[in-house]
Amino acid sequence: MNSVVRPPLKTSGGQGDQYQQGAMPSYALTATQWSRLRDLASSLSPAQALWVSGYLAGIANAADGLAMPVSLAEKPADEFAEAGRAGPRKLTILYGTESGNCQALAQSLAEQTREVGLAPTVTDMADYKPRLLKTEQDLLIITSTYGEGDPPQRAAGFFEFIEGRKAPSLPDLRFAVLALGDSAYEFFCEAGKKLDRRFEELGAERLLDRADCDIDFEEPATAWRKAVVAKLGEQAGGAAKASISPLQHGVATAPASAAARSYDKQHPFQAAVIENIVLSGRGASKEIRHLEVSLSGSDLSYEPGDALGVLANNDPALVDEVMAKLALDGATPVSLKAGETTLAQALTRHVEITTATPRFLDHWAKLSAAAELARLQAVDQTEERNAFLRGHQIIDIIRRFPVPGLDAGEFVSGLRPLQPRLYSIASSLAAAPEEAHLTVSVVRYDLNGDRRSGVASGHLADRAEPEAVLPVYVHANPHFRLPQDDRPIIMIGAGTGVAPYRAFLQEREVLGNGGPSWLVFGDRNFRSDFLYQAEWQRLMKDGVLTRMDVAFSRDRGVKKYVQHRLLEKAADIFAWLEEGANIYVCGDAANMAPDVHQTLATIIETQGNLSPGAAADYLRGLQRDERYQRDVY
Amino acid sequence: MSETAIYPHTDRSRDLSQPLSALGPDESLKANSDHLRGTIALSLLDRLTGAVAADDTKLMKFHGIYQQDDRDLRDERRRQKLEPAFQFMVRVRLAGGVCTPAQWLKLDELARAHGKETLRLTTRQTFQFHWILKHDLKATIQGLHDALLDTISACGDDARGVMCSVNPAISQLHADVYDLARRTSDRAIPRMRAYHEIWYDEERVATSEPEEPFYGATYMPRKFKIGFVIPPVNDIDVYAQDLGFIAIGGPAGLEGFNVAIGGGMGRSDQSAATYPRLADVIGYIPADQVFATAEAVMGVQRDYGDRRDRAKARFKYTIDEKGLDWIKAAIEARLGFALEPARPFHFTSNGDSFGWTEDETKRSHFTLFIENGRIVNRPDRPLMDGLREIARQHRGTFRVTPNQNLVIADIAAEDRPAIEQILRQYHLDGSNAQSALRLNSIACVALPTCGLAMAESERYLPDLLTKIEAILGTHGLQDEPITIRMSGCPNGCSRPYIAEIGFTGRAPAKYNLYLGGGFHGERLNKMYLENVGEGEILAALEKIIAHYAAERAAGEHFGDFAIRAGYVPEVREGRHFNN
Ligand code: SRM
Ligand SMILES: Cc1cc2nc3c(=O)[nH]c(=O)nc-3n(C[C@H](O)[C@H](O)[C@H](O)COP(=O)(O)OP(=O)(O)OC[C@H]3O[C@@H](n4cnc5c(N)ncnc54)[C@H](O)[C@@H]3O)c2cc1C
Ligand SMILES: Cc1cc2nc3c(=O)[nH]c(=O)nc-3n(C[C@H](O)[C@H](O)[C@H](O)COP(=O)(O)O)c2cc1C
Ligand code: SF4
Repeated sequence: MNSVVRPPLKTSGGQGDQYQQGAMPSYALTATQWSRLRDLASSLSPAQALWVSGYLAGIANAADGLAMPVSLAEKPADEFAEAGRAGPRKLTILYGTESGNCQALAQSLAEQTREVGLAPTVTDMADYKPRLLKTEQDLLIITSTYGEGDPPQRAAGFFEFIEGRKAPSLPDLRFAVLALGDSAYEFFCEAGKKLDRRFEELGAERLLDRADCDIDFEEPATAWRKAVVAKLGEQAGGAAKASISPLQHGVATAPASAAARSYDKQHPFQAAVIENIVLSGRGASKEIRHLEVSLSGSDLSYEPGDALGVLANNDPALVDEVMAKLALDGATPVSLKAGETTLAQALTRHVEITTATPRFLDHWAKLSAAAELARLQAVDQTEERNAFLRGHQIIDIIRRFPVPGLDAGEFVSGLRPLQPRLYSIASSLAAAPEEAHLTVSVVRYDLNGDRRSGVASGHLADRAEPEAVLPVYVHANPHFRLPQDDRPIIMIGAGTGVAPYRAFLQEREVLGNGGPSWLVFGDRNFRSDFLYQAEWQRLMKDGVLTRMDVAFSRDRGVKKYVQHRLLEKAADIFAWLEEGANIYVCGDAANMAPDVHQTLATIIETQGNLSPGAAADYLRGLQRDERYQRDVY
Repeated sequence: MSETAIYPHTDRSRDLSQPLSALGPDESLKANSDHLRGTIALSLLDRLTGAVAADDTKLMKFHGIYQQDDRDLRDERRRQKLEPAFQFMVRVRLAGGVCTPAQWLKLDELARAHGKETLRLTTRQTFQFHWILKHDLKATIQGLHDALLDTISACGDDARGVMCSVNPAISQLHADVYDLARRTSDRAIPRMRAYHEIWYDEERVATSEPEEPFYGATYMPRKFKIGFVIPPVNDIDVYAQDLGFIAIGGPAGLEGFNVAIGGGMGRSDQSAATYPRLADVIGYIPADQVFATAEAVMGVQRDYGDRRDRAKARFKYTIDEKGLDWIKAAIEARLGFALEPARPFHFTSNGDSFGWTEDETKRSHFTLFIENGRIVNRPDRPLMDGLREIARQHRGTFRVTPNQNLVIADIAAEDRPAIEQILRQYHLDGSNAQSALRLNSIACVALPTCGLAMAESERYLPDLLTKIEAILGTHGLQDEPITIRMSGCPNGCSRPYIAEIGFTGRAPAKYNLYLGGGFHGERLNKMYLENVGEGEILAALEKIIAHYAAERAAGEHFGDFAIRAGYVPEVREGRHFNN
């Protein structure tokens, strides 16, 4: 039944040049072109200038295969204004992303620059050829931060180049950086900071100061975009005033998943919980749950590899305690960006009331006038501040530094919006129509004498019985996908990292397609933590899963992690890779993913008789060809 | 004279003479197992499951290892998408139940390391570990090896652990008979190179000799049980053995044995063709003919036993099928001589006598009641710790009794106070202060480890006894010894069909109740109530015990009374048990 023709597979590390399609020509104009253009420009009214910008952009788009919108040709041009002093500079918007925030911002930034008549190229750092840097003129960068101040993983190559010795000097470049991050992390917006520093070192001119955005990035990001567009517009000459986008119909911004668009973060679907069980057997040191939610009644669809965003509530007991400690009434009206609500609602649904941020610390230092908090605010107190924040959540700070007579609005204004949490979907729509299954590791820990739980995982564990309703949306993960052909796949996952592979294999089982598959799973104890054990056994028996290895780190005897199993099977892993296998890594970002990465490099080096550098190239090649895909958190 | 010459017309359509294809699937499995190697070594390496391959579970029984799973968690784990909590029961081969203090300490150490801190004394006088995980099996077996213990043929279609009366009071006779029991065990078990290779990592040695000169490639049709008993105490229940040797002493000590054949308990509720059967005494042999006799009897069963239907493969059915005379003649033909007529002997009970005894050599022995053979620390009674402490100090031996109790044996007079002190220190000195009913009770393991259990046994009988004790108490019978045995299924591992009050599990909290067994194991009992719960059981016992208290004859045992009073008919032959 499976008649997929296997395309020739590329097995080398690939240099990437063969992927360069329609390479961007240098935008520099000849002297003649330039003087003609200047003459023309000086004769145009603002409206005419706008029309011409559209005309020219249309030509560029037509060359790229996009049709020029006909209607634009009829636009009258009757007003006149002074032309810009400078010629049109090449504008590139580069973004680095994992969960898509920076991509979305880059796209709306592009839109805004087009509105002022610019013709930006929007590129993911992962796909960007750094050699082109020398040809850039205006470069707007939007990046998020992961791990210990690291860039989004797919942008790692770009960072390596920029930070390395081969980076060219860029005296003609103007740049600006928008950094996304989460102030609860020690290295807040570090990736953005790095680029900001580095471009300056390379001699580029900073167009605008960097903005560091916390998880509630919408507002500062909008402000930054506005400012940068204004700067560019200034320079482009007056066109910034234009309010309509002549090209808006011509731009195709592909939505990640068309069907998923009807519900999103702001408009989640109210999904009923169908099942919620503990997967961890007796004696387990962790609590891993399997949840099934119904998407019935929504048009939500997803692909294996996608995640489900969950808008969880804060623990009602915590909400009560916060209000009690502050002597505030839950019915007090408060206003949030989203609108008016009551304090109780705000604390339950809209703001983060567990993890304290430096911003909250500042806020509370002011309100409480506590010397200890004030001391922690000092710039040179980073380490102590971070240590304090690790040991104190909002409730701990409220308890220790009471602020009598606090106003509800005042309190709420120091809090960040509660963010949705993502969970890899552990099911396939083909196998479980109108359902999404999640594998949730429940965050539980003791702090200052209390037993505490993660906001979302705690909600899912303690307050999501069957028939409860959860606000959810689909979060597409286009860089974690089954291959289109029947090449082999190697799936590496620790703990809940195994979730998407359940989706992968369900999909393959139902569709009856796909090549050989190999699952490498790791967790703590064989007896209690072998997530979905019975299912993998069945899939093996039925031939859907070809091979499986497991590593348990806390069973008696030697500690084994997934990377140890990979190393034991080095020859086979390499053989599979040479046969064109895709390799997937999902789960823990802090240790597992780097260790696995290192091990893969070692395997390629030893099995392929390659130098460390060549092995690294091989891996980069896999990454670039989307044959090495990671979904780590 | 050859057997076929004597009885040329016997039906051989179901025995070893047939091609494998005509026999049951287990026969092919054994034959194709490369002498019990199968794929066990590979199964042990499979990290995806705590189980072994299905065929290997059967082969591993010959290695003394049973795959089980925690039945309490079965349902829960299924819902958790986890495989059952697979684990293994490991049964030590311990002829006559005798072990040294050093061996005890090793058993204790291994149980604490791998066996969930518990050991189980069995009705065939040995130790079982439960809860052993697959990846701990090798360490367990190798640990036993360090203490010169093994588990070879503790289960499987072969000669099982050979029993021997514990008789603490008669030391020399015990020593002689025990010695024979041990040597019979060593001779009767398979050679099992597979065991040495798989568990001790020994190399496979190429040889042209047959690997199993006696057993061949298909071993026995079914398990085969041998026991030695020293009258007057029938503690081993000699009538429940496939082959029993009843010691006959003279003025000069051990002279020889009466030979009893064809005992067995197992039956099933579904098939009336299965039944418990008591062994028949067929004659007498001098002591030097024990090995030859064992080989002759086992040879007859090996060659003529039913290999098509495992439910009919025990020796007891071969005997009833061929006729006792035929079998006896076949045995004699192999022996090359006729058995002498059986000599007189006399049994008084099949229970243990508790507390201190002194033998003719002035050595002391202490028999300790261990409820259902379960060695475990309880908050109020740290039994496992106490016994470990005794093993550290003790210079004699231990003997596991067939009633799941323990004899701390061969204590020199000067060591006795130290042992007494430890018993006190660990609150074990009061262990024997139980009702006579409880001291004469046995429960099999059953839930949660036994895969065949239909109802609780070990975890339930103690509570049921408390309720029956209350009834006996009201009738002044708390000191009346009554044998009471419970099995979680009809297989009868606690030998319930020879108890005065017997229970076999039918379903959760439902049992068959049997009455009328002989006090010293000489008579089968008979089903009185079928598939009933505790309420009906207690109501029936209340009535019969009251009747017994009122109308028993002097010295009349409860089992005898149940028949005389007409509650159940006497069962004279196993074949009529189900009538
Ligand atoms: C531990 C023990 C009961 C106890 O509480 O002490 C026991 C326990 C089991 N017996 Fe037994 N039998 C035990 C003595 C007996 C006896 C008593 C005896 O031999 O004196 C009998 C009745 C005599 C007989 O053989 O007929 C007995 C008749 C059976 C049978 C039925 C055999 C038959 O041919 O009908 C089975 C089931 C089978 O073999 O198919 C069985 C099977 C089992 C198994 C292995 C269950 C299984 O096959 O999966 C039980 C393991 C339970 C567990 O979790 O430990 N066990 N079993 C005894 C171990 C003896 C030993 O050390 O070797
Ligand atoms: C793409 C993606 C996919 C994901 N897939 C999954 C998945 O399939 N399954 C899954 O379980 N998770 C997954 N996650 C993680 C998930 O989104 C949440 O981050 C996780 O469940 C924790 O969220 P929470 O709200 O329960 O905890 P939070 O309330 O966010 O709590 C976590 C915080 O608790 C604090 N904390 C934790 N332990 C301690 C301690 N010992 N002492 C003091 N403070 C402590 C820390 O501040 C930590 O940051 C994924 C994440 C991403 C980005
Ligand atoms: C696993 C993980 C690690 C993160 N680590 C950091 C960090 O070290 N520093 C930081 O400022 N933000 C960190 N963040 C926050 C992200 O940078 C932030 O959510 C950002 O909005 C994501 O943007 P993106 O969707 O474009 O990737 C982390 C987020 C996740 C999920
Ligand atoms: S009698 Fe049945 S339940 Fe009890 S141990 Fe034997 S096989 Fe298991």
